[in-house]
Amino acid sequence: MRCSAGSTAINSKLARRFAAHAVLIGYTAVALWPVLFILANSFKSRRAIFAAPLALPGPGSFDLVGYTTVLRGGSFGTYFANSLIVTLASLAGIIAFGSMAAFALAEYRFRLNTLTGLYLMLGIMIPIRLGTIGILELMVGTHLVNTLAALILVYIASGLPIAVFVLTEFMRTISDDLKNAGRIDGLSEYEIFGWLALPLVRPALSTVAVFTMIPIWNDLWFPLILAPGESTKTVTLGAQQFIGQYVTDWNAVLAALSLGILPVIMLYVLFSKNLIRGISSGAIK
Amino acid sequence: MTALELVGITKRFGQTEVLSGIDLAVAEGEFAVFVGPSGCGKSTLLRIIAGLDGQTSGQVRIAGANADGLAPAKRGIGMVFQSYALYPHLNVAQNMSLALKRAGLARAEIERRLTVAAEMLELTPLLKRKPGTLSGGQRQRVAIGRAIVRQPKLFLFDEPLSNLDAALRVNTRIEIANLHRLLGTTMIYVTHDQVEAMTLADKIVVLSSGTIQQVGRPIELYTAPANLFVAGFIGSPKMNFIAGAEARRAGAKTLGIRPEHIRIANENPRWDGVVRHAEHLGSDTYLYVRTDTAGELTVRVAGEAQAAVGERIGISPAPATLHRFDDADLRLAPL
Repeated sequence: MRCSAGSTAINSKLARRFAAHAVLIGYTAVALWPVLFILANSFKSRRAIFAAPLALPGPGSFDLVGYTTVLRGGSFGTYFANSLIVTLASLAGIIAFGSMAAFALAEYRFRLNTLTGLYLMLGIMIPIRLGTIGILELMVGTHLVNTLAALILVYIASGLPIAVFVLTEFMRTISDDLKNAGRIDGLSEYEIFGWLALPLVRPALSTVAVFTMIPIWNDLWFPLILAPGESTKTVTLGAQQFIGQYVTDWNAVLAALSLGILPVIMLYVLFSKNLIRGISSGAIK
Repeated sequence: MTALELVGITKRFGQTEVLSGIDLAVAEGEFAVFVGPSGCGKSTLLRIIAGLDGQTSGQVRIAGANADGLAPAKRGIGMVFQSYALYPHLNVAQNMSLALKRAGLARAEIERRLTVAAEMLELTPLLKRKPGTLSGGQRQRVAIGRAIVRQPKLFLFDEPLSNLDAALRVNTRIEIANLHRLLGTTMIYVTHDQVEAMTLADKIVVLSSGTIQQVGRPIELYTAPANLFVAGFIGSPKMNFIAGAEARRAGAKTLGIRPEHIRIANENPRWDGVVRHAEHLGSDTYLYVRTDTAGELTVRVAGEAQAAVGERIGISPAPATLHRFDDADLRLAPL
C-alpha cells in the first residue's frame, strides 16, 4: 500500500516535469522558428525560396547570392559599425547613469526622493515614441539630425527609467553595515558606489544590459526618423533598402537580417551567465 | 580623562524624536554598554558617535575634542557590525588593512599591525581566504581584527553577537572581555541582551524610548534600579511587580521583588498561592505561583524544588529585598 503511494508520488512528479518541459520546448520551438526560417532561406536561391519556403537549403537550392549582394554593396560594414556604436554607447550611458541614479535613490534620504522615483516610473509607462515629433524638432534645433549622437541620446533617455527601476531594487539589498564599514575605513561615497555597490549588483547590471540592448539594436523607428542618411544608417534600416515598393530582393533582406542577428547573440553570450543569476536572484531569496 | 562625552544629543526623524537630551561621559579604558529594547535609540546613538548619522542638536566629543562634522574615518574609531560587513571581494588580510592603506600608513607598519592582530585573534592561517569561505565566528573575528589594526581611541560594537549561535556567543563574549583587558581601549557596546550587558560592562547605560533611564555599574542596576523600567529590564527571570492594596500598605504604587529573593515558607508565609507551572533547569527551579493577594509571582529556587503543578504553597520575600516605586515609577528609599 505504502509502496504504491510512493510510486504514485514519483509518477506525478515525473508527469509534472514532463509537462513543464513540454511547455518550455514548445515555446522554444515557437521562438526559434522564425529565426531558423530566415537563416535557412538566406542560403537559398530566389527561385527556391518561393518554390519551397519551408525546405532546408540543399544541393539544388543552395545559393549565397543574398550574402554577396549585401556585402558587395560596400556600405553594410558602415551600417554594422553604426549599429554597434549606437548600441554600445547607449548601453554604457544607461548603465552608468542608471546605476548612479539607482544608488542615490536607494541610499540617500532627501526631500524629493520618492517623487524622483515616481517621475522616472512614468518613463516606463509612457512610450517614448509618443514624443517623436518633439524629439525630432529638438534634434533639428540642435543640428543633431543625421548623427549617431541623436540616436544615442534618445536611447539613453528611453532606457534609463527601467534601468533605474530595476537597479534601485537591487541597490536596496546591499547591507547598510557594509556601506558604513566602508565609510569608517575612509572610502568616499564615490568609492562606496563604484567599488563596493557596483560589483555586488553585477548580475542585475547584466540583466539590464541585455534587456535594453536588444530593442536598441532592433529599432527601426528612430534611425528612420533621426538618422536616415547613408553614413548613419543602422543595420535594421540598411536592410530595408532591399525592400522596394515594387521589387524586393528577398535574398539580400534575409542575408542582412541573418548577419544582423550575430552581434546580438555574441553580446548575449557575454552577459548570459550573469543574466540568469540576475533574473533568478530576484525570485529566489 | 573622558574618552567620550555626549552633551545634550537629540535626534529627530521628521516629527518623531528618537533621542532626547542624551548626556553621558565615558572614562578612558571603560567598557560601556548601551542596552535597551529594540527601538529605544541605542543603535542611532552609536551611529551618531561614529559619525554615520548626524545629531539634530548636541555635541559629540571624542578624547576631549569636538567630533562634530568630522568624517567617520577621521574620528579615531573602530567599529564592529552585527552582520560583520566584510568586503566580499577582498581576502582577510586585505579586509583588515584597507583602512590603514587609506590612511596612508607605511607598508611595513601595516604588515606589523596586521601580524599582531592576526596572532591575537588566531587569524594567521586564514589571511589569504575570502570572507565567503569563513564560518560566522571566524568572520566576526576578522571584523574585530579590522577594528583592532586601526588602534582606535574608541571601539564601537553594534550587537556583534546577535548573529552567532548560543554556544559561540558565550565564547565570543569571553573573548571580547579578554580583548578589553588586553588592549585597555575604551569600548562602546550596543546590545538588547541584558545578560551581555551585565557580564561585559564596567558601566551600563539603560535606554528606553530615546532617553537614558539609568547609568551605573551592573550590580548597582541590579540592587538599586532607578525606576520601574530598569527594574524590569535588568535581571532574568524578570522582577515581579505587585500593585494594588498590597503595595499601598507599603506606601508605594508598585512593589518589586526579584524571583531569586522569594523563599518557599511553610510557616507564616506572606503570600499563599497555587503553583501554575514549574520549570526545572537543574541548577534552579522556576515556579510560577498564582497568589491569592499579590497576583502571579515568579519564584526562583536554587537547585531542585519538589513542587508539583496545582500544589498550594506559601512564599515569603527574603528580608530587605522589596523594592518600592512611587506614582512616577521612580524608586523609593528602602524601608
